[in-house]
Amino acid sequence: MKSKNIMAILAFFFVLAGCGKPKTDTVRIGVIAEITGAIPAVGASCKNGAQMAAGEINDAGGIDIGGVKKKIELFIEDSASKPEQAAAAAQKLIARSEVLAIVGPNSSSNALPAAEIAEKSATVLMTPWSTDPKTTIDSKTGQAKKFVFRACFTDTFEGKVLGGFARKELKAAKVAVLYDVSSDVLKIQAEMFKKSFEENGGRIVALETYTKGDKDFSAQFTKIKNARPDLIFLPSYYTDVPLQVQQARRLGIKAPFLGSDAWSSEDLVKMCGADCEGSYLLNHYSPGTTNPVTQKFIADYKARFGGSTPDDVAALAYDAFGVLAKAVARAGTLDRAAVRDALSQIPAYPGVTGVIKYSADSGDPVKGAVILQIKNGGFSWFADAQP
Amino acid sequence: MIYFFQQALNAVQLGSVYALIALGYTMVYGVLSMINFAHGDFFMVGAFLCFVGAALLHLPFVPVLLLSMTGVTLLGVATERIAYRPLRNAPKVSAIITSLGVGIFLENFTLGLSPYPKYIPQLLPSFTYTVGGVSVSTFQLATIGISFLLMFALHLIVNKTKAGLAMRAISADRAVVPLMGIPVDKIIALTFALGSGLGGAAGVMYAMAYPVIDPYIGILVGWKAFISAVIGGIGNIRGAVLGAYILGMVEIMTAAFLPSTYRDLVTFSLLLALLIYRPRGLLGRAEIQKV
Repeated sequence: MKSKNIMAILAFFFVLAGCGKPKTDTVRIGVIAEITGAIPAVGASCKNGAQMAAGEINDAGGIDIGGVKKKIELFIEDSASKPEQAAAAAQKLIARSEVLAIVGPNSSSNALPAAEIAEKSATVLMTPWSTDPKTTIDSKTGQAKKFVFRACFTDTFEGKVLGGFARKELKAAKVAVLYDVSSDVLKIQAEMFKKSFEENGGRIVALETYTKGDKDFSAQFTKIKNARPDLIFLPSYYTDVPLQVQQARRLGIKAPFLGSDAWSSEDLVKMCGADCEGSYLLNHYSPGTTNPVTQKFIADYKARFGGSTPDDVAALAYDAFGVLAKAVARAGTLDRAAVRDALSQIPAYPGVTGVIKYSADSGDPVKGAVILQIKNGGFSWFADAQP
Repeated sequence: MIYFFQQALNAVQLGSVYALIALGYTMVYGVLSMINFAHGDFFMVGAFLCFVGAALLHLPFVPVLLLSMTGVTLLGVATERIAYRPLRNAPKVSAIITSLGVGIFLENFTLGLSPYPKYIPQLLPSFTYTVGGVSVSTFQLATIGISFLLMFALHLIVNKTKAGLAMRAISADRAVVPLMGIPVDKIIALTFALGSGLGGAAGVMYAMAYPVIDPYIGILVGWKAFISAVIGGIGNIRGAVLGAYILGMVEIMTAAFLPSTYRDLVTFSLLLALLIYRPRGLLGRAEIQKV
């Protein structure tokens, strides 16, 4: 009986192994997205953005590889928003699916372990949304990683811009900060904000924290209320923000909120309702822009996915894919190292989220950001912010 | 002083939610000496039924509360019948592992239906009153009021009815109780029903106060409620309520007067200290185990 079972299992694996087609017929690109877990809206947008970009390239015939047009084949893996699963997905895509390059993961906690594996395996990993400075830095040498790129700006840049904005544009003098101490990304944003805000002559009157999974913030907000801030800086993920803002309002706090790119999901406005009206946030792009590349993307996205406006993750995933495809075409070969070199030397790429360009020894692009305000149940453009 | 009262009110609200869930842990432990780790997930199902009632069926508050309580009661009784009763005479560890399994099943089942966090529309009109500088919202009043009402009802059932007497008898000595003609299975099912029903109510209270829910909310809140039950002396009903309010108070006051980062550190240090000096909890009785 037992040996029969083992035979069956072995046979199953042989069948699996036999499935593989020749791996050079198509351009194999992996996608790691947070499809289930804590931030499923991010995963869905990333998947949509990547599928749309690949679809458009394939409809136009594919990518020219040494004179032969080859179609893109997507391999989509779910990271469940867990670091270990993101790492396993990267391993699987590189070793089993033998992809040329990977787009994703999006959240930095997922992107970091996946980036380590990609770097070790000398495979390009392009994260659309991970803003943590550490993602593209080698933890051992402190130098930039060779194979890890991103399509977005970094938290350091973000905190700095927000601190200046709060002091200079919103004229806030006293600011309270509440952030998730268990998230590297949000912590860096809070710290950089504090530094930049104080350098500009502002005062932080309360610096409060919470831990991932907390739902009750009444103690922190009662403390913040007592400090009487002009503005509350709240770098939290979009699923926490509605709870936090609502609890603050129920405690009688009237000060406006300022958020980071972690706020940017249509779901936030839907869930938060009137409580979030008038709040500000920083984002990678604004659907309200007049940029024709962006407008075309938004119109196409709406047509393809049934009407909803793409969020920043969708736009960044689309850009990440676009830059990557351009680099593959420039490399003209299905060689991982050649794609890496082509990517680092790519001329200014006109993306949906602005012009993307890499300096020679860094995977961080040079690009700007926008400040949005929540108005009439939607995000509206408020100001541009340059590095 | 106003600041202190405001924080104390926050603590009572948090403690009330913990208390309703802690009762489920402690009652099951009382009759079966088993920790039902799926209880936190029963609570989560209660919150999701609140979503179904409020957002999908557009029911008003009272029917939503009844829907959640009934739904979770049935879930609790069914779980006991299907998953725990066959293991009644198996080693305790098997039943505990099974309860973990049931919990993971419920989480992933809910996750499978839809992975997106759910937003609960407001079931009660939202007002904030200011009494002597302290802000009180309608949600806080509802949470605290309904919790007190349900706990009082439970107190009556356990202390003034025959079924309650039977429950206490099983808790005292399960081996002898069937000899007195008491239907043990029915009483245990009833215990699960009561505990789960309270968990369902807690789910609704929680979903109203913290209206973004996901399939994992039961884990952390469940742990906190379990700790409440342990602080009070697991198996003891009044102990669970006492423990819940102590935990709520410690959590809120730590964040109120120390940097909020120390919240869990202080909470769990206190728990450890308490267990060293009173290993059976505050109201737990010492038990001599024959080996």
